[in-house]
Amino acid sequence: MPSTTEASMEISMDEPTPPRPGEPVISLRAATASLGARPVLRGVDLTVRSGEVVALLGANGSGKSTAVRSVIGQVTLTGGELSLFGTEFRRFRAWARIGYVPQRTTASSGVPATVREVVTAGRLARTKLGILRRADRDAVHRALELVGMADRAKDSVNALSGGQHQRVLIARALAGEPELLIMDEPMAGVDLVSQEVLAGALREQVARGTTVLLVLHELGPLEPLIDRAVVLRDGCVVHDGPPPEAVGQHALPGHDHVHPHADAAAEPLRTGLLS
Amino acid sequence: MEILDYAFMQRALLAALIVGVTAPAIGIYLVQRRQALMGDGIGHVALTGVGLGFLLNTSPVWVATAVAVIGSVVMELIRWYGKTRGDLALAMLFYGGMAGGVMLMNLSDAGSNANLSSYLFGSITTVSPEDMTAICVLAALVLAITVGLRRQLFAVCQDEEFARVTGLPVRLLNLLVAVTAAVTVTVAMRVVGLLLVSALMVIPVAAAQQISRSFAMTFAVALAIGVTVTLTGTATSYYADVPSGATIVLFAIGLFVAFTALAAPLAKKRARAAAATGAGCTLEVPGSRTADDVSVGG
Repeated sequence: MPSTTEASMEISMDEPTPPRPGEPVISLRAATASLGARPVLRGVDLTVRSGEVVALLGANGSGKSTAVRSVIGQVTLTGGELSLFGTEFRRFRAWARIGYVPQRTTASSGVPATVREVVTAGRLARTKLGILRRADRDAVHRALELVGMADRAKDSVNALSGGQHQRVLIARALAGEPELLIMDEPMAGVDLVSQEVLAGALREQVARGTTVLLVLHELGPLEPLIDRAVVLRDGCVVHDGPPPEAVGQHALPGHDHVHPHADAAAEPLRTGLLS
Repeated sequence: MEILDYAFMQRALLAALIVGVTAPAIGIYLVQRRQALMGDGIGHVALTGVGLGFLLNTSPVWVATAVAVIGSVVMELIRWYGKTRGDLALAMLFYGGMAGGVMLMNLSDAGSNANLSSYLFGSITTVSPEDMTAICVLAALVLAITVGLRRQLFAVCQDEEFARVTGLPVRLLNLLVAVTAAVTVTVAMRVVGLLLVSALMVIPVAAAQQISRSFAMTFAVALAIGVTVTLTGTATSYYADVPSGATIVLFAIGLFVAFTALAAPLAKKRARAAAATGAGCTLEVPGSRTADDVSVGG
């Protein structure tokens, strides 16, 4: 049974009143977490304020994915404090304010599903156990248009390329019209066309005041959007401030350069977005 | 049709129709989260309930339902908390349930080998009016859940972690799937038998997904296949005097093979159509289509 505080949260969800700019949306203090016996986070402080776009950078195994998954409650903290939208995590129920884009795994489940069916699942953040209304269908359509997949709505997700699939997962997160977007490696394995579409969609969200926390392997085409970068190394924050230069990022200690490059084709695109 | 003149055949056909709808309706979620054999496990556990029903001289259907529901909840708990050796725990549950059922049935007066086999492999023509009431009530429950909560169950079975972050009551919905599967097993028990019930949950879904692109379409086609094979299977078992459960399952496998054979030319046709529309869009929206949009092996 929802308590009275939760009930009032439900009401504020129906009429979104975005937090004042600069108010902390994610507040992680001295967070520690382990996967099995291995400590992965060793006292991480991470604050994301309303309207900010924060990139979480680091080498493979630095704990950046674990940090993000602990923020959404999928990894249990062994120590430290977490609050979301000013509410202690244990009491937080306003999940509709958060849109989550998981690291891309195997797209398909055991049964075929269309692009629209998958994106509609994201709208459940708002409808919960209720029925799908006209406004919900419209929101799903807007999310599909935002990532340029509206014309593929009736296609099976199994028939999509990696980049298109990533666009569908982002549309799924946007379908709930979140105030905070959390994305785990949204650009990993994404072709250049999809990268461009995703950067555009993200720019539009940021312009509307959406707060964004993204895990990135490198800044790439999203660089112009990013206000602040937090760099993790061995489960500790080693940098929290302006995004490192593109060259500097690669020169970071422990940066493990494993991602594939589309070198020649990539350069003109990046300069295009910077200008 | 003389087949409809007998009250026992009317009940048999109605039971067959109900099972044809309910088994694929819950089966699709089990297939989606890659637990196609869960129905089989529940069937094993339900046998202990049947044995207990005989021993206590009460309705085997209701006792089997209660035991199957408890078993399915235990399986779901093992799935949550069991880390590495969950499969072994499940194996214990399956074989313990089977052995317990055989033992309890042997201890009771009414239980005989013939009776045991009618629960293991189905005996549709012996469905009693009391069984019918239970089957109808339970089937209504299964349909209310699988159709009414289809969007929520789809989300949970498609991507459990994402569903948790949307704030859906994921644990409750997972439990609901497990309990509904248990109820379906006992609904289908008299028609196809506990050992074959899982086939009717899985095969119609497997056949349907050969020809469909969407979850909704797969759901509808699987139910249509389920009803087709249970009704024709029951009629065939009446005319040819063969066991109903085995006939139904063999028909379902036959349809699966036919659908798979049909699917290959259909996929080619779709690929051609997709290529054609792809070319059209390039002209309308320059730059939005590249070679990337042509699916590989899709």
